[in-house]
Amino acid sequence: MSTIVLATAPLVFAGCDKTKSKEETTKKAPSFVPPAIAASELRKVSAFDAISDPADRSRAIFLEATRVFLHPRCSNCHPSGDSPLQGNEQRPHDPPVFRGENNHGIAALECTSCHQDHNLELARVPGAPNWHLAPREMAWIGKTPHDLCEQIKDEKRNGGKSLEAIVEHSAHDPLVAWGWNPGPREPAPGTQASFGDLVAAWVKTGAACPDATEKGPLGTKENAR
Amino acid sequence: MTLRLTVNGTEQTLDVDPEMPLLWALRDILGLTGTKFGCGQALCGACTIHLDDEAVRACVTPVKRAEGKRITTIEGLSPDGTHPLQRAWVEHAVPQCGFCQTGQIMSAAALLRKKPHPTDAEIEQSLGGNLCRCGTYLRIREAVKKAAGGQ
Ligand code: FES
Ligand code: FES
Repeated sequence: MSTIVLATAPLVFAGCDKTKSKEETTKKAPSFVPPAIAASELRKVSAFDAISDPADRSRAIFLEATRVFLHPRCSNCHPSGDSPLQGNEQRPHDPPVFRGENNHGIAALECTSCHQDHNLELARVPGAPNWHLAPREMAWIGKTPHDLCEQIKDEKRNGGKSLEAIVEHSAHDPLVAWGWNPGPREPAPGTQASFGDLVAAWVKTGAACPDATEKGPLGTKENAR
Repeated sequence: MTLRLTVNGTEQTLDVDPEMPLLWALRDILGLTGTKFGCGQALCGACTIHLDDEAVRACVTPVKRAEGKRITTIEGLSPDGTHPLQRAWVEHAVPQCGFCQTGQIMSAAALLRKKPHPTDAEIEQSLGGNLCRCGTYLRIREAVKKAAGGQ
C-alpha cells in the first residue's frame, strides 16, 4: 500500500459567486491549506472547519470525497464505455466482458458467472453482494470533480436518488463497502464511515460543486499549485 | 457440512466444506469429469456449467451457492448427446484437443437459451471468456450459428 504523504497545497476559493462584486470577492477570498495526510487516509470533516463560508467548505469537502469516487476500487466499475476496468492502472477487464442491457453482464457471461457475493481468497476473484456495473449515465472515469459533482446531484444521472439517498448509499451500500474490503487490492482511502461522513457534510453545507477549473482532489499532484 | 444438490436431474447428498469449488465436487466426488479444470481463476471458461439457466464458472463457485438450484453439466445437457449444439459440433468437427470444448458448448447453450438467434457479435461477446488454445474459434462460431439456425 502506498505510504506517500500527499503534499499540502494552498487552496484559494475566489470568484465562484457571480452575485458578488469583484471587489467583495477579492477581499473575501480565503486561503486554505489542508492538513497533510497519507494517501491511504481520508481527511475528516473537521479538517475543513477552518473554511468559514459554507459553500467554500462544501466544495472543499466534495473534493476530498473525490479521492474515493475516483479511486480505481470505485471508478473501475463506473466506466465510460461498456466494459469495466481492472487494477490501479485501470486496464480493460480480462476476460473481455460487457455491461449488457441491465448492467449485470450479457447472456452466458453475467457478472455473477464468475463473481460471488464475497472475495475469493484462493482464486483472487473479487466479489460482493449484487456485483454489477454502474449504468452508463453514472460513468465516473475521466470526469473532473466539477462534472462528477453535477452528475451525482442530477437525479436523471444518479438513479433517481435524492441527496439524502446519496448519503445513505455512500455510507451503507454493501457493494460500495467493497471499496474498503477489496481482498489483496489497495483499498479506497479512509473507511466507508469516514467517506459517508464527508458526503453527509457536503450535503449539509449545501452540496456545492467545485469550480470547473479544479483538476483533482486537494493536495494531489493533479491539484498541486 | 451436508449439502443437497440436484445434478443433471439427480439428487445428491455431499458432506463437504461449503466453500469447496463446485468443480471439485463435480469432478472429484461425483466423478463427472466432462467439466474441465483449466485455470481455477475464472479466466479460461473450461469449467463452465449451468446453475439453473445461468452459465457459471464452476472453479470459482462455492458448492453451497448451488444448493436449491439445478446444476447442469455437459453430461446432462441432453440425455443422448443430441442437443442441437452437440450435433452441430460433430457435423463441423469442432474439437482439436477437446479440452476447452465442454465449456464452449455450455456457454453457447446458455446463450442460445436466452437468445435463440444471436448475432455474430453476440456470439463473439458471450463466448469471449472461453479460451481455446488450439484456436478452433472459427469452427466454434460456425457450429453455434448452425445450431441456432436449426433450433
Ligand atoms: S477453470 Fe474455471 S475458468 Fe478456467
Ligand atoms: S480444442 Fe484444444 S483447447 Fe480448444
